[in-house]
Amino acid sequence: MNKNTLYDKLWDAHIVSERDDGSTLIYIDRHIIHEVTSPQAFEGLRIAGRKPWRLDTNLATPDHNISTDRIERDAGVAGIPDPTSRIQVQTLDDNCEHFGIKEFKMNEMGQGIVHVMGPELGATMPGMTVVCGDSHTATHGALGCLAHGIGTSEVEHVLASQCLVAKKMKNMRVTVDGSLGTGVTPKDVVLAIIGKIGTAGGNGHAIEFSGEVFREMTVEGRMTVCNMAIEAGARVGMIAVDDTTIDYVKGRQFVPSGELWAPAVAYWKTLVSDADAVFDIEVVLHADDIAPQVTWGTSPEMVAEVTARVPELSAQKTPEQRTGLENALAYMGLEGGQAITSIAVDRVFIGSCTNSRIEDMRAAAAIARGRRAAPSVKQVLVVPGSQMVKAQAEAEGLDKVFIDAGMEWREPGCSMCLAMNADKLGSGEHCASTSNRNFEGRQGNGGRTHLMSPAMAAAAAVAGHIVDVREFLSEVVE
Amino acid sequence: MRAFTTHHGLVGPMDRANVDTDMIIPKQFLKSIKRSGFGPNLFDELRYLDSGEPGQDCSGRPINPNFALNEKRYNGASILLARSNFGCGSSREHAPWALDGYGFRVVIAPSFADIFYNNCFKNGLLPVVLTEQQVSGLFDELYREQGYQLTVDLTEQTVLMAGGRSYGFEIDEFRKQCLLQGLDEIGLTLKQAPAIKRYEEQRAERHPWVFGAIK
Ligand code: SF4
Repeated sequence: MNKNTLYDKLWDAHIVSERDDGSTLIYIDRHIIHEVTSPQAFEGLRIAGRKPWRLDTNLATPDHNISTDRIERDAGVAGIPDPTSRIQVQTLDDNCEHFGIKEFKMNEMGQGIVHVMGPELGATMPGMTVVCGDSHTATHGALGCLAHGIGTSEVEHVLASQCLVAKKMKNMRVTVDGSLGTGVTPKDVVLAIIGKIGTAGGNGHAIEFSGEVFREMTVEGRMTVCNMAIEAGARVGMIAVDDTTIDYVKGRQFVPSGELWAPAVAYWKTLVSDADAVFDIEVVLHADDIAPQVTWGTSPEMVAEVTARVPELSAQKTPEQRTGLENALAYMGLEGGQAITSIAVDRVFIGSCTNSRIEDMRAAAAIARGRRAAPSVKQVLVVPGSQMVKAQAEAEGLDKVFIDAGMEWREPGCSMCLAMNADKLGSGEHCASTSNRNFEGRQGNGGRTHLMSPAMAAAAAVAGHIVDVREFLSEVVE
Repeated sequence: MRAFTTHHGLVGPMDRANVDTDMIIPKQFLKSIKRSGFGPNLFDELRYLDSGEPGQDCSGRPINPNFALNEKRYNGASILLARSNFGCGSSREHAPWALDGYGFRVVIAPSFADIFYNNCFKNGLLPVVLTEQQVSGLFDELYREQGYQLTVDLTEQTVLMAGGRSYGFEIDEFRKQCLLQGLDEIGLTLKQAPAIKRYEEQRAERHPWVFGAIK
């Protein structure tokens, strides 16, 4: 009787104890730390006179509010213009120093957005429990991990005890079979899933993404999908281990080599859902039905195919839906029934833990190559997700491609994904963005975000408005 | 942690679905390295007409008269009545810190985002899930009656309305006990240190690569 899901297996392997009250103490293998959600946790440790339970599990890096400007970065922590951000980054450095935690500092090779650097350094390995004080921790589930975001109190809890008090979630499987059409990327797949199940569709569930489409996908693409599980309401997104996973982790900095490699691989290969595994919810989509996606509203579920139109008020069923749409349209400055491709963009952001890996850089560069950003577009920011992505992209000459196209090549960090540094939208500005949230004000007060894939964002930069990237692909300049 | 047993207080409305944590406490305020002081910036972008900056004195800022919680009748509200999927978005614990700093002790909604829900308990804030219908009914009453108040009894797991009517709500036993007794969760977990050590020893035998990699 083998009926366990991948999630069941990962959960079972990490139970420290089950308590009488129905809660479970779960062991945490990897804890990633950044500057925004950790200061109060370290402070809590100090006040209680506690020390980290283990040091070789923690990995820290600043990403959320560091500058992406080369000159400011070269000036080090002292060069961060905003004093409160500077204090936060300095505090992370100080805390890591004080407690003996491994940190990749702002300008060190290895630094990057937490969810880009963890997997790329091999700090995230299949079969691990991975947590971070950031809701997009689900990203790491792409490697067959149980990974989710935690709050600051839990950051402190993990630091102090290496455990979390948890309750098992329910199992949900999203299957996408078939093969994706030209110009359709992992980002489009996950946006289509969110469009189908809604932003609360995964609440209380761990989502496993399964089916041909994910099997064919690279680990980078899988990370893009798992990254946005939280936008479908699920703290956890994951994909079973296969040869693609194992090829990906092999040789990375923190991954075992020598004698430990073979037993590790043997264990990792068991990290798949059993054939008879039972899921509480099953959702099925077909690859053929997925076209490039764009969000038009203020929630990731307000999404449509690029060839579609913004929904009309008259088509809404309930008064609540109508008000929701009215609010979103008013905020976004759009009319119901307007073609999505008629939306002009003021700025373009290519980056964030959703889409700032080397593949994303390549996909955007393939569109930018030999073309130029439209003069009406004020700024195109291309922000690699980590120092390693940056170095690789530069080795491939992608930085030149972007610069020649009139785009800005920046230093790694979260940047305009959440606009905690100087990279921001002005009020009323529309942005073609490869990030993950289009909430009101997310990319700057009054800013209007349209989520899409890196290729679509690069195409929008060139066209000056939202455009179907497939029109560009037939005429890609090599 | 501050204990929570029962709470009686004035109710304030947050009448929209999918209120995300960016809306609860905008990101610029996340730059603080403290746990307190977020109250004046709760719902900052909705509440004020200008754009707020950390460290700013909020007392002189222009108030948005169209934001319900700014209405005089809701002054001093300590129970927030909200719509579905409240607290979606980021994992920032600054969201419950801001609600707490404003003076809220309870949030009632038909559903909450998972991480936010979890974070509330760590901060002595009680999230109460009622049905869509019950919440809609409460909104109607709240809009109808000036000075609308409720009592939330955690021990009995009930929301009490005037006239003795009440709604029951579900809550996880562990979380309930922690809140009722104001327990320090970390301290509780550390009581199980021997079990954690035993787990680590067994695990190190089975999966040694999990240990020692990061130095
Ligand atoms: S890139 Fe955006 S979503 Fe990702 S960790 Fe940074 S702020 Fe969060």
